[in-house]
Amino acid sequence: MGFPPEIILEAVLNGLLTGAVYGLVALGLTLVYGVLHIINFAHGALLTAAMYGAYVARTALGIDPYVAALPLAALFFLLGYAVQRLVIGPASRGKDENILLVTLGLSIVIENLMLAVFRSDTRSIDAPYAMDVVEFGPALLGYPRVVGFGATILVGIALYLLMTRTATGKAIRAVAKERTGAALVGIDVAHIYAVTFGIGTACLAIAAALLLPSFYVSPRVGNAFVLVAFTIVVLGGMGSVVGALLGGLIIGVVESLSGLYLGESLGQIGIFLIFILVLLVRPTGLFGARA
Amino acid sequence: MKGALPILAFAVLMGLAPLLVASNVVLNFLVFTLIIALAAQGWNLLGGYGGQYSFGHAAFFGTGAYVTAILQVRYGMNAYPAFTAGIGVAALVGLAIGFLAFRSGLRGSYFALVTLAFAEVFRVLANAAEMTGGAAGILIRLQANPANFQFAERGTFLWVALALVTLALLATLALERSRLGAQLVAVRENEAAAQALGVDVLAVKLRAITLSAAMTGAAGGLYAQYFLYLDANIAYGTWISVEALLAPIVGGAGTVFGPVLGAVILHGLGEATKSLAGSIPGIDLVIFGIVLILVVRFPPRDLPGLLRRRRRA
Repeated sequence: MGFPPEIILEAVLNGLLTGAVYGLVALGLTLVYGVLHIINFAHGALLTAAMYGAYVARTALGIDPYVAALPLAALFFLLGYAVQRLVIGPASRGKDENILLVTLGLSIVIENLMLAVFRSDTRSIDAPYAMDVVEFGPALLGYPRVVGFGATILVGIALYLLMTRTATGKAIRAVAKERTGAALVGIDVAHIYAVTFGIGTACLAIAAALLLPSFYVSPRVGNAFVLVAFTIVVLGGMGSVVGALLGGLIIGVVESLSGLYLGESLGQIGIFLIFILVLLVRPTGLFGARA
Repeated sequence: MKGALPILAFAVLMGLAPLLVASNVVLNFLVFTLIIALAAQGWNLLGGYGGQYSFGHAAFFGTGAYVTAILQVRYGMNAYPAFTAGIGVAALVGLAIGFLAFRSGLRGSYFALVTLAFAEVFRVLANAAEMTGGAAGILIRLQANPANFQFAERGTFLWVALALVTLALLATLALERSRLGAQLVAVRENEAAAQALGVDVLAVKLRAITLSAAMTGAAGGLYAQYFLYLDANIAYGTWISVEALLAPIVGGAGTVFGPVLGAVILHGLGEATKSLAGSIPGIDLVIFGIVLILVVRFPPRDLPGLLRRRRRA
């Protein structure tokens, strides 16, 4: 409308780049849903915790977030494994509501522990490359976003290989398809659940490291991302990995464009409305099979 | 009505508080807990009896609060009709959200997600709109006069809040004994079976969410009259959605006294923690979260149930 095409192009490209990292956040959520059939309300709080992890690594130890991404991922894999094995698994007893409540409880605990430790100040790191731009035709793209996009693709490939080429991946797919059958042939379902939850949490840790150079961190920052992630997962279809990544790109563009046309404060409305519409009209999402 | 006696006993005991305690801190705590209990009683109608877990009761609380405030501040209406209108609009919002969500067959996690999203939409809109005072919020002019639903004494406000909570308790008891209450529990326990027995599931859920929203909306209006200030993060914030759900879950979902009991236990614990741990922000909420995890982890999933089990063992 009022904007010249190169501004719109730039908004679309930046939206795609940010959307990729959103997709990574959503990937963890959708993976856990696809295998465990649970909606993890603690996802946002875990993302916040990972962002603080990357923040502390940078400020206390001087480690760049991009370097800290892999060790953080390993740490958060263990954390996720333990949380599923020790808290969520035993509390669920096969009931949907129990999982809703226990993951909500976890998110309250994590979020407020962060508040108790780091107080409510918004913090950011001053990475030397935070303001760098990459020229792409007529458009200028933020360097952290380009890195985030590239890293998300790498994580996507790594996950694909893990799922298709390893015994663990096979076991995860078996449990997702047919839990009882998998248990009968000797797969330790509780272990596979925890591994899957760990992988989902590790995705979050990488996403956190990718987000930190260009986003502020505060105890409630995860809430903003998790609603976006839920939207992506619902849009892409619960449990669909491809759906999560494509959904992430779509949502990134929608956010970027609605931010451009409606301004920052109303920009989020576009996402929520998509969320509600998809839930009401097509809860299986674009790529999902079951409701 | 059988079962009304404990409710009246509670009202009388709690009503003695302003006569025995002069401390503003204590009275403040009690009023706030009563407001939460009322919001939670609303959640309990839909979530506790009906099994439909809303994560977005802020949508109703905030609507009740904002309508109460806006009608007075922008349209010069008296506080009482404004408060009544707040309850009415909150009920309509409940009916509308319920119609959209339940007609699409959303249940369980999906219903929780969609209610959460609606509350967020309201929050973003209230934060941007001019009518609500935007991010700066809206202030109700201080005119401490019973004619304006404002009271010079905190104790008087406590009685008013207590009267509303008592009414809510009696209404819950009446619902529990009614045909609608029985149908609601049937829907919670087994929706397909209830439908097969001829229960109009959609109509039952819609009635429940409308009543639920009205009650939580009343809590919002009460909040506005007590604190005389609102902004989007207070009125439509996640905190109240969580409080409204936490109290009944902890105190006993689907019971008459559950929400009041839960609100008292949680906020009692919260205050105790704060006085022990000093002014560490968020520490009381950490305790809330841990209590929530524990009651879900160890069935029968609420504190009174735990105690009963203890006694039996």
